[in-house]
Amino acid sequence: MRLTCPNCGERDRREFYYYGDAIALRRPAPDAVPEAWDDYLHNRKNPAGDTTDLWFHEAGCGAWLVVDRNTVTHAVHGATLAEKAKR
Amino acid sequence: MVRLLAITPCAGLLPLDVGNVSLREVVVDRMVSVAPFVGQEKAVSAALKDQIGVGLAPKNRAMAKGGAGVQWFGHGIWLVRGQVALEGLAAVTDQSDAWAVIRIQGAAVEDVLARLVPIDLRAEGFKKGHTARTMLGHMSVAITRVGGQAFEIMAMRSMAGTLVHELEVAMRGVAARSNF
Repeated sequence: MRLTCPNCGERDRREFYYYGDAIALRRPAPDAVPEAWDDYLHNRKNPAGDTTDLWFHEAGCGAWLVVDRNTVTHAVHGATLAEKAKR
Repeated sequence: MVRLLAITPCAGLLPLDVGNVSLREVVVDRMVSVAPFVGQEKAVSAALKDQIGVGLAPKNRAMAKGGAGVQWFGHGIWLVRGQVALEGLAAVTDQSDAWAVIRIQGAAVEDVLARLVPIDLRAEGFKKGHTARTMLGHMSVAITRVGGQAFEIMAMRSMAGTLVHELEVAMRGVAARSNF
């Protein structure tokens, strides 16, 4: 598997650290209801198909990336810098 | 009076020559990392140009002038060789003793690095002045092409022994195969 880092170009998967669902970028307000925090912290879908994850270019430029990929076909559709991703 | 002895990161490990490839330590006197504050990249670049003659290098590039140099070193961070003052513009951290810097040179240098580095370092795509943050074995490094058959590799100082060992094994492997 190869990911295309917006800074470095196409790189091998071993350079990246996997964090999980990109929901981590959508932190609820401090006074949000407990259910919202429960969803944010614990509840994850397990989709067969398109998913959006956070990856860290650990052994590269050190940027956090939002990667769109497909868990069924293993296609990687693209990656954007987390700081530029829609929240 | 106690006299302190300065020991370079690769002291006792280098120089090393195997086949037609040589490994030498590059001693950097003064080196800082520069991480511009949000929106200050242009101002930092201008200030650097004033102070050391080189501005911020584009992504994946390294630039040098005289003894000074600026190297892209990751997302929003550059490594600067030289004395700089960037108060209020960037986070500046002294890195002078933090990195083992080596120069590897020779006809088979690309073959040696191809055994260790997962990216394509051939001259067609990776030209002089190109730099990359990537891996060498399991180690995070910065690799810069400094000549037709020469690269500069930086690894964390604590990994100097591993860096030299990995390269030596690869150099011996390439040299052995060239005898067939």
